[in-house]
Amino acid sequence: MKTMLRGNESVAYAFKLARIDVFPMFPITPSTLVPEMISKFVANGELDAEFIPLDSEHSAISAAIGASLKGARVGTATASQGLALMHEILFIASGMRLPIVMGIGNRALSAPINIWCDHQDTIAQRDTGWLQFYAESNQEGLDLILMAFKISEDKRVLLPSMVGLDAFVLTHTMEPVDIPEQSKVDEFLGEFKPNYRILDTKNPATFGAFGSPRHYMEFKYAQHLAMQAASHVIDEVFEEFERKFGRKYSKITEEFTEDADIVFITMGSCTGTAREFIKMKRKEGKKIGLIKLTVFRPFPKDELRKALKGKKVVAVVDRNFSPGFGGAVYGEVLATMYGRDEPKIIDFIVGLGGRDITFDTFEKILEITEKGLEGSVEEINWIEVDKEAVEKEEMI
Amino acid sequence: MKITRGAVVEEAGNSIENKTGTWRTFKPIIDYNKCIRCMVCWEFCPEPSIYKEDGSEKPAPNEALKKLPVPVIDYDYCKGCGICVNECPVKAIEFVKEVK
Amino acid sequence: MKNDWLFAPGHGLCAGCAIPIIVKHILAISGENTIVVNATGCLEVATTEYPRTAWRVPWVHVAFENAAAVASGIEAAMKKKGEKANIICFGGDGGTADIGIQALSGMVERGHNVLYVMYDNEAYMNTGIQRSGATPYGAWTTTSEVGKANPIGNARPKKPVAEIMVAHRASYVATVNVAFIRDFKKKVEKALKTEGPRFIHAISTCPTGWRSDPSKSIEIIKLATETGLFPLWESENGEEIKITYKPKFLPVEEYLKAQGRFRHLLKNPEYIEKIKEDIKQWWRRHGVEI
Repeated sequence: MKTMLRGNESVAYAFKLARIDVFPMFPITPSTLVPEMISKFVANGELDAEFIPLDSEHSAISAAIGASLKGARVGTATASQGLALMHEILFIASGMRLPIVMGIGNRALSAPINIWCDHQDTIAQRDTGWLQFYAESNQEGLDLILMAFKISEDKRVLLPSMVGLDAFVLTHTMEPVDIPEQSKVDEFLGEFKPNYRILDTKNPATFGAFGSPRHYMEFKYAQHLAMQAASHVIDEVFEEFERKFGRKYSKITEEFTEDADIVFITMGSCTGTAREFIKMKRKEGKKIGLIKLTVFRPFPKDELRKALKGKKVVAVVDRNFSPGFGGAVYGEVLATMYGRDEPKIIDFIVGLGGRDITFDTFEKILEITEKGLEGSVEEINWIEVDKEAVEKEEMI
Repeated sequence: MKITRGAVVEEAGNSIENKTGTWRTFKPIIDYNKCIRCMVCWEFCPEPSIYKEDGSEKPAPNEALKKLPVPVIDYDYCKGCGICVNECPVKAIEFVKEVK
Repeated sequence: MKNDWLFAPGHGLCAGCAIPIIVKHILAISGENTIVVNATGCLEVATTEYPRTAWRVPWVHVAFENAAAVASGIEAAMKKKGEKANIICFGGDGGTADIGIQALSGMVERGHNVLYVMYDNEAYMNTGIQRSGATPYGAWTTTSEVGKANPIGNARPKKPVAEIMVAHRASYVATVNVAFIRDFKKKVEKALKTEGPRFIHAISTCPTGWRSDPSKSIEIIKLATETGLFPLWESENGEEIKITYKPKFLPVEEYLKAQGRFRHLLKNPEYIEKIKEDIKQWWRRHGVEI
């Protein structure tokens, strides 16, 4: 039976189903409903967890590290500025190899302050050593949080994970969601028994030591190997999840790609719009395919290389941008496909700060992409931006 | 090279492998004929590199004091800060230039 | 046993640094059932260079500004598991009075069962003697340089962190000076017996930054208290502070002249007068006329 849930509710239910021990938090739009619900679950006695309302996101992630090192299963949620404030500590969570799972309401960063959707917040944390998942729907949000615990806690991985749900489009929008049975989730995740060294007065160890140039690179290389291992573990966990719950996940999901010349690459909720747009266009005889990126870190290079082989043009839909370069996903795809003549890869910067991504948006993307089939087009294309308003000298 | 997951130092207190006594330029030497075994030096040693020895054969200013534990400097770790020399209430600790 | 302290030798703290004296005594009282959270700083850097550690109790360092938040998470996890142990944070004055004060304030306000110890050497010593909010009036540091245009050095008074903790109604707050070892031990014992958020402010000589003779480290902090500059007191649950030691009120010059960081003041009696006036006022506020 499906229940109508907001994305934030999906995340909160997932944390409850995962039987988290500790939930440190600091409220921030648009993810605030997650801690509100956990607070209610704890107050009702539905969830036996310690809820810590901290003084900042920086303190929230710091408390998450403390709790995780004491052997607790830890979840938290944040967004945007909050995630940016955590930045310093995110590296430490991954460097200490702690399987913390965090739900994100993907939101734009200031300035100007903006509470709506884009992926700049998580993209800016790309190099912090966390696994990154992006949900297309609220169901995916719930499922990915559960799977993230299983992946992060795998002894071959032991790295933290973040799961992004688009601000408002998912976090605040009701969708039918299947909430799995507790017994099935218990079976899937198992009781949390830390498989890493913890703060234990019977067996004292030192955590967060000072690493000199003699050792530092080896620790980073170990993280690299763990990320590589995560790639396989993700596949295993996705498969097991499908066997248990009947929903299929993969790092990249290909649709209509078999005969496609043009492929759109999307991440997050705009995938649904892209899918409907492509279905419509295919009726007109246009050979367009779709690749949805569910996993951004570790980046699914092998899968993409296979999927993009023989394609003519790839339109990367970036809901983020790296000033002075272009979209981050574009950069990754370019690097992944480097040295191959095809396909041509074009970047589209769309939907920043919550601007809607509609059929019109994809129409414009397609128009440029089709031109790309024939000849040369701009590398980086800003779609649905009032360029005239900006390109007056005094405005820049 | 031993690399642990997450840079955990698994063996508690293994800093004893660092012989910080090599830092010393001045060396405190306890004159047990003067030492009244008050343990002030032991109390204030920052390393800590002064330990208590029970049932010591060391001399003492009087027989009664011999029942008390005696402070012994572990030169493997003593950095020669001289706090013990300065704090000793009976000036029983000499501070001499280290000869290496 | 040759060396049975829970804080082992072989660490890299400077000769004459008072921090390890403070730490070894606190751990001796708290015992093996203790978890230590350390803010970034001298103590952390000098005691845990991988693959070695001076700590014989479980110890964790995460960052500079968040020891109190990390401790909050540890305490929550222990609550969930039904475990009990002393959780002790060690932070320097920079990690406590400045960059860590938000996390500390939050931890105390939320009432976590943690003892926070600030070892106060009155500047950012780990990075090379830069001024902190706890640097006293008149002290030279590398960021409160003394010169023709600034003959004072640090022109601001010391941030009263322990008093700020009293205002938070922490269940126990005390200032301690390891040179007064009996008072020190009594307060640490009391702090460890008390439930809830507790705060100890320990003055700690830094021969490197104070430009002082390492052998005088105990003598100098003893003078800090005997001149009335570092009063020893305690407070429970936000109640008015109780003086635990009546100083001899020796001339403050005795304290200042033992340290190179105050040398420039000796030529400027008006600045020393200001320090004396500040001492007088503090004691007057607490019912003692000097």
